[in-house]
Amino acid sequence: MTDTTNNAPIAKPDSMLVTIFKSVALLRESPVGIIGGLIVLMFVFLAIFAPIVAPYDPNAPMVPFAFPGSEAPDGGTFWFGTDQLGRDILSRIIWGGQRVLFYATLATVSAYIVGILMGLAAGYFRGYLDEIISFFANVILSFPIMVLYVLIIANLGASGVNIIFAVVFASSPGIMRIVRGVTMDIATRDYIAAAQTRGEGPWYIMLVEILPNARGPLIVDFCLRMGYTTITIGALGFLGLGLPPPDPDWGGMITQTRSFVTGGFPYMAIFPACAVSLLVLGFNLLADGLREVSLRD
Amino acid sequence: MSDQDETPVLEITGLRLSYYTRAGEIPAVMDFDLKIAKGESVGLVGESGCGKSTVANGIMRYMGNNGGIVGGTIKFKGRDMADMSEEEVRRLRGKDIAMIYQEPMASLNPSLTIGQQLMEVPMNHEGASEEEAHQRSFDMLSAVHIPDPQRLMDSYPHQVSGGQQQRVVIAMALLSKPALLLLDEPTTALDVTVEAGIVELIAELSKETGTSLLYISHNLGLMLEVCDRICVMYSGEVVEEGHIDSIFSWPTHPYTHGLFGCIPLPHADKNARPLTAIKGQLPLPHQRPKGCYFGPRCEFFEAGTCDQDQIPMAAVHTDDDPAHRVRCARWDVIDPKSFVPEETVKREVIPVGETVLEVKDMRKYYEVKDSSLAALFSGGEAKQVKANESISFRAGEGETVAIVGESGCGKSTFAKVLMGLETATEGEVNLSGTNLGEIAVGDRTAEQLASLQMVFQNPNDTLNPSHSIGYQIGRVIKRFGIESDPAKIQELVFKLLDTVKLPRAFATRKPRQLSGGQKQRIGIARAFAGNPKTVIADEPISALDVSVAAAVTELLMEIQREHRTTLLFISHDLSAVRYLADRVVVMYLGQIMERGATDEVFSPPYHPYTEALLSAVPIADPEVQKRRIVLEGNLPSPLNPPKGCPFSTRCPRKIGAICDDEVPPVQFAGDRHAIACHIDMEELRKVEPVITIPDRDMDAAD
Amino acid sequence: MLQLILRRIGMMILIMLVVALLLFMINEGDPRLIARSVLGPYAQADQLQLWIEQNGYDRSMFIRYFEWLGRVMTGDLGHSIIYKRPVADIFWDRLGNTGILAGVTFVIMVIVALVLGVLAGMKEGSPQDRAISVLSIATTSVPEYASAVILAGIFVFWLGWLPGTSSMTSGFNIVELILPVMVLTLYGFGYIARMTRASMAEVMTTPYIRTAVLKGLPYRHIIMKHALRNALIAPFTVIMLQINWLLSGVVVTEFAFGYKGFGALLLEAALRRDIFVIEACGIAAVFVAVFTQTIGDLGYTYLNPRIRFK
Repeated sequence: MTDTTNNAPIAKPDSMLVTIFKSVALLRESPVGIIGGLIVLMFVFLAIFAPIVAPYDPNAPMVPFAFPGSEAPDGGTFWFGTDQLGRDILSRIIWGGQRVLFYATLATVSAYIVGILMGLAAGYFRGYLDEIISFFANVILSFPIMVLYVLIIANLGASGVNIIFAVVFASSPGIMRIVRGVTMDIATRDYIAAAQTRGEGPWYIMLVEILPNARGPLIVDFCLRMGYTTITIGALGFLGLGLPPPDPDWGGMITQTRSFVTGGFPYMAIFPACAVSLLVLGFNLLADGLREVSLRD
Repeated sequence: MSDQDETPVLEITGLRLSYYTRAGEIPAVMDFDLKIAKGESVGLVGESGCGKSTVANGIMRYMGNNGGIVGGTIKFKGRDMADMSEEEVRRLRGKDIAMIYQEPMASLNPSLTIGQQLMEVPMNHEGASEEEAHQRSFDMLSAVHIPDPQRLMDSYPHQVSGGQQQRVVIAMALLSKPALLLLDEPTTALDVTVEAGIVELIAELSKETGTSLLYISHNLGLMLEVCDRICVMYSGEVVEEGHIDSIFSWPTHPYTHGLFGCIPLPHADKNARPLTAIKGQLPLPHQRPKGCYFGPRCEFFEAGTCDQDQIPMAAVHTDDDPAHRVRCARWDVIDPKSFVPEETVKREVIPVGETVLEVKDMRKYYEVKDSSLAALFSGGEAKQVKANESISFRAGEGETVAIVGESGCGKSTFAKVLMGLETATEGEVNLSGTNLGEIAVGDRTAEQLASLQMVFQNPNDTLNPSHSIGYQIGRVIKRFGIESDPAKIQELVFKLLDTVKLPRAFATRKPRQLSGGQKQRIGIARAFAGNPKTVIADEPISALDVSVAAAVTELLMEIQREHRTTLLFISHDLSAVRYLADRVVVMYLGQIMERGATDEVFSPPYHPYTEALLSAVPIADPEVQKRRIVLEGNLPSPLNPPKGCPFSTRCPRKIGAICDDEVPPVQFAGDRHAIACHIDMEELRKVEPVITIPDRDMDAAD
Repeated sequence: MLQLILRRIGMMILIMLVVALLLFMINEGDPRLIARSVLGPYAQADQLQLWIEQNGYDRSMFIRYFEWLGRVMTGDLGHSIIYKRPVADIFWDRLGNTGILAGVTFVIMVIVALVLGVLAGMKEGSPQDRAISVLSIATTSVPEYASAVILAGIFVFWLGWLPGTSSMTSGFNIVELILPVMVLTLYGFGYIARMTRASMAEVMTTPYIRTAVLKGLPYRHIIMKHALRNALIAPFTVIMLQINWLLSGVVVTEFAFGYKGFGALLLEAALRRDIFVIEACGIAAVFVAVFTQTIGDLGYTYLNPRIRFK
């Protein structure tokens, strides 16, 4: 046989990133997912190029109470109007998006690392370790989530790091539960027994044999959770427990301007409200599309 | 207008059924003709994916969202069902045409009582009153031999055993005395001794009520017990049809003939008369070849004849059976029996070497934790499940020992203990002189691990879907320290792929790109990568179609022969066991009932359980005579096994209270032929053989 | 079954004790912080020390924990620093207000969600399914604080139909309840609807529904008698868990509309370190969440005959 494939190198196991990319690539078959993906990509783009895209300095006071579409002193346009301090709302939304996306991603990824490790260990080792981890997860999950955030942030103070800590603390138990369930299921498969009978160590089995096969539900959940975290960061800002001013964050923008909604300037709060909703919608549609695609095969 | 009785119950002509997927229309069934007369039972046999279940769904006009009837007509009692309104079809379903399915548990609604589910049939179709419906359900349950119908009617489906559930489904189907009953693999999910009872019931009821049957199965042996006529399907087409005797005596289509060559019939022998697997695999529906779909796999393929137009059905053997027809362009010039593949020449009998594996009085008990509060306060009386009870046997180098038994007999637990996935509670497992029984898998040395490997049951579970084939085999080589240089590992991977007869290009593929049989081959390659002394094969072929199973079986034995490996073959399939095993261990509820050389176990004296088991296995050879022994009742729960002999609750030869109370003694019928039974050995020896094989085969086999 | 109930209740008590301990540790772990909160920022160090000794805060935390636990159980919730009144005086009132808001929302939300979910799941992939699915994704994407301003813009500013706040200053007014209920329902129903849809769609593809169809039963009968019974088991748990989320939403919504409920009270207390109010609200919130979760679990097992008659 002069088969050229004879000399082809044996494929290494795909890295996690490649497998994730491949799963995401399947998305082309779900229109809903594509719309969600495009929305998210748009916000990512705006966040990365905020300094170029945003027409004005988000914190510079210019003309207070300018309506959307009115002309700016430099000849430009305040497309979304200005707030009570005369700051351009569009620019604040773009910069605020950067902050929200940055903290949401960092917090969710951190929560995922903690949740995955806990879930793998609980689901694979079972026994007392599982009971202890699960009990504490139950304790945390029995707090209504916003009550938990309020208690944590009120005690630690409002800062970016504390928000990340709070998100990790509050959402890693949920991630742990999902990973634990999937791990327990996969651990009964024959290929895990095969790995055990060739003497693989527990962490190899968890990370190389189990985790890649759990990616389907985890990618979907990751997108949903990005949405939740975006909502949460906004809610904390709204309640006055969020990222410190004056830099814009969407929740903070809403809370600072909401008293003007009934006073004739509803757009000030409604634009950032729409921005949050649109980004979350993007994440949710993306998750739905991914779920639909992953169920198909 | 013809006489009423002559109108067939079902008449299908030119039926074409398709599924619609993202890839477009996929024809599932093509050019299907079938006539079923009143009281007749017709079998539809074929491997998975041949379209046999689709036919049943098509008859029911239940094709789901993505399926549809593309062409042809289905006439029920002379009326074209396409002309009926939705409402008329609905009234037909469950009243005139009823259906029974594979998974009895899944086909019953888990949150309604069995009584409610039965009663709604007459109440819905005939407007019966509640009392009347109740009475009729009660009577029908009695008719399907259910001991306590009232108790059963008040139960929920999960509270009764699988065999009982299937009886309920049958009762439900027969409540309205349908003219036609469709059975889609009704016994596939059941244990063989339970299956035997259900098959007998179906045959009995159809005779009594005059209901016509369409019996769908992959098992040719079952057809013989139920059907008058059969249709053999391949890739969406009927390739051969006719009366059952005619088909079994003169299988004319090369596929039909090939199927018989794949089944381990009693006269097959792994050395003298090995199985002849059909080469290649079933084409995917959208990759069917032109002309004869079986062409690429056929030994008699002739370009120009077989790959042209669609091949029509032709009548054959009309002298004996006017209904025998075959879809083969060359049926009149070929003789399938003349084909002898080169690989299946007689093989040398391999001599058994010294003892490699010795299991001595091995026990495995599980503690079932009673975590209730009451148990917590009373000190917690943990219940024990005796998954394995005093298991002893030996296996020599190059020997094949089969461990056979039905579900819950403890055979898989035994495999787990051997592999170290569980540790033995008591006793020894000696592999080449080392007691592995108490060494968990994590504590075994690489050498110990390599010397004992396993082939798993489920092809879809045996390989990690996330990694390439090459990586998974290579990892074994690396772990066992056979080779560490990547280039050399790759070379070894290629060699192993050669050994299991798969192309080297498979190294870069992912498991989902492989068929079930190919995955099992990879599983075998992986198990043999470390050149093991002993390989445990846990039901390695039970999830495969016959033609694929035969190839995998032959491959497994070929490699074993070459490496002189000790093979522990765990199976529920007595036919396969008889074919390939040198020695057999029969287990029931965690205990060994009988063990001995294969010939010894398959002929008297038998343990009564072995006897029943042998009788229950359907054999696809009309000339084989069987003595009928149908077991009553169900397998007892392993949580609560009988105190004495585990088989005492179902044993047809029970001698008295001693069977219930005392553990039976192990009696020796021969040197290493042991039977655990209270019945005197002399009594046991008097039994007639269960299976009588005609002489012609005996001559050839010896 | 009885054992299961007892075990679940035992678990619930254990979780409550641990939660209470956590709350206590966070709030009363450091006696000096309590003294500081009570006496204000201008108190001297010796004043703080004196207060700690006089009030027994120099004893071990665990002794204080059990004392406090005993007091909470007998209804003594301590004294509010902001309101200068016993916490119980304000707390029960506020809790009642939240009960009204959450109760009305819950009933509307569940009805809407179940009806839409069942309609969507009955025929998977149909236009009505797609429409309902997209609708429920869209509404779940609008957080309460966003819909609060958007709906206020529409109904208060442009249409002028509804009042913008719900502080109920001149007595209970059902009109003031409309916006908060709308906001909470809009965000919350989607999740239940989607779970119901998934459950219903799954049931519709099961072999036992095929059995029912091929028995020749009428479609209505199949849906009502065979499908719904099984399809509503899973959403039941989800609905009970949703109460936990509803309490989260309540905090934001009460703040947004100035509704005098316990969420707003908790927020105010947390921001101003009104320790005993925080503790009371925290315990109440967790109790409601754990209690409903337990009901959800038990209900699931009760509704599922496969577990009920084991």
